[in-house]
Amino acid sequence: MASIRTHFEQQLRELQDDTLVLGSMVDSAIASAVDALKRRDLEASNRVIDEDNLIDRKRWEIEQRSIMIIATQQPTASDLRFLYAIASIITDLERMADHAEGIAKISLMIGDNPLPKPLIDIPRMCDVSRSMLRRSLDAFVNRDAEGAKAVAQEDDLVDALYDQVYRELLTIMIENPRTITIATYLLWAAHNLERIADRVTNICERVVYTVTGRMEEINVSKY
Amino acid sequence: MTVQDSTATLLKSTSAHHSPSTYYHSMAEADTVISVRNFSLWYSKKRALTNVTIDFPRNQITALIGPSGCGKSTLLRAINRMNDLIKGVRTEGNILIDGNDIYAKGVDPVEVRRRIGMVFQKPNPFPRSIRENILFGAKINGYKGDYDQLVEECLRRAALWDEVKDDLNKSGLALSGGQQQRLCIARAIAVAPEVILMDEPCSALDPISTLRIEELMRDLAKQYTILVVTHNMQQASRVADNVAFMLSDDVTTGMLVEYGPTSEVFTNPKSKRTEDYITGRFG
Repeated sequence: MASIRTHFEQQLRELQDDTLVLGSMVDSAIASAVDALKRRDLEASNRVIDEDNLIDRKRWEIEQRSIMIIATQQPTASDLRFLYAIASIITDLERMADHAEGIAKISLMIGDNPLPKPLIDIPRMCDVSRSMLRRSLDAFVNRDAEGAKAVAQEDDLVDALYDQVYRELLTIMIENPRTITIATYLLWAAHNLERIADRVTNICERVVYTVTGRMEEINVSKY
Repeated sequence: MTVQDSTATLLKSTSAHHSPSTYYHSMAEADTVISVRNFSLWYSKKRALTNVTIDFPRNQITALIGPSGCGKSTLLRAINRMNDLIKGVRTEGNILIDGNDIYAKGVDPVEVRRRIGMVFQKPNPFPRSIRENILFGAKINGYKGDYDQLVEECLRRAALWDEVKDDLNKSGLALSGGQQQRLCIARAIAVAPEVILMDEPCSALDPISTLRIEELMRDLAKQYTILVVTHNMQQASRVADNVAFMLSDDVTTGMLVEYGPTSEVFTNPKSKRTEDYITGRFG
């Protein structure tokens, strides 16, 4: 059946496209923050902090347009659920970027101090979280509730990696108390990644809501 | 009361009033006033309603929505037998008011219309005084009480009293459109109906008068059962407790597609056809 709301549909498409752009900016911020932490590249850490402003600005711009569309187009049913999901998803994305910025700030706090061990599990947490983020947004675009639920289950893997990082850093701290400060910083960085994966789970819940109209918690994080 | 106590009270009342399951119960368990059973209607050979079955709950507002020609006004008019006045109308099935079939032999359509008042699209006060507009039907129905009291009570319930109390002998036609429509509502309730049918009651009114009528409808629903036909979906979403979506397609004319709580129909309709209509994708 031919649609009679082509302008409205165009507005919704543009909003979705911009949400994907925001998602990609956030994905890249997470990757850069962990990479800079691993390589001890303070300049790159500073860039992540500076570029967080662009992410904030993009989020506000999308939110304002969503409000404008709600006010002028009076969306209902799946359109309303979609717009509500967008507002919620961009908030989670923006907070993920804040976690990436947090990791960059931790990197600056570590400064020139040597790391107590090479980073292996923290980059793995980063890889899994980023993969979850990208696939949660794919599920949103494809209105794939089952796909979103599957992505949310992977939060358990990130929690397990966080456990591993915690145990390992605790052992290092017990063995050599002089590492406590830097090891604690690394624990904070890992915690930021754990929170990022939790926020991906929120996005997955919004995808399920957009598709089915049901609000449900689909995976409760251990933390 | 401590902060903890008041928070606990608040949480308790919030969960009691806002959980979706509580809401569904209220519709499912509501007392039914009008029960339409497998009802079909023809205008001569042209079928206008097909096997409509629907229960309207007491003291709630139900909006009938759907594109032109879907049968919503026909259904509304069938409920107080207004279609009887049209030549060649034939019906099948039943419409029960409080359990009694209004199409049964021996039922007086005038008595049906007293119990089920109607407000039309264009305000249609009689060309008489405001006071006479209210008393006309009451007198015909043998009202023996105090006329002044009845006039005041009906005008107050229709939220018109304060605007006309010093001018009750003025012609009803001298009022503004919104006031005329409220006068028609006052006239409808003067004969003590159980149900008020409203056929596009605000389509001829400006936005402020429309909001006044909608506020009035919410007030009236405490005492009456209201069925409203509207093309304005925002109005249906603002004012109605329940929404019924009707449709005609190539095969079936005047069928009920979906019926449910307004919050559900406007956020998560069950039928794709409802979704297409309320989101404006109907082409």
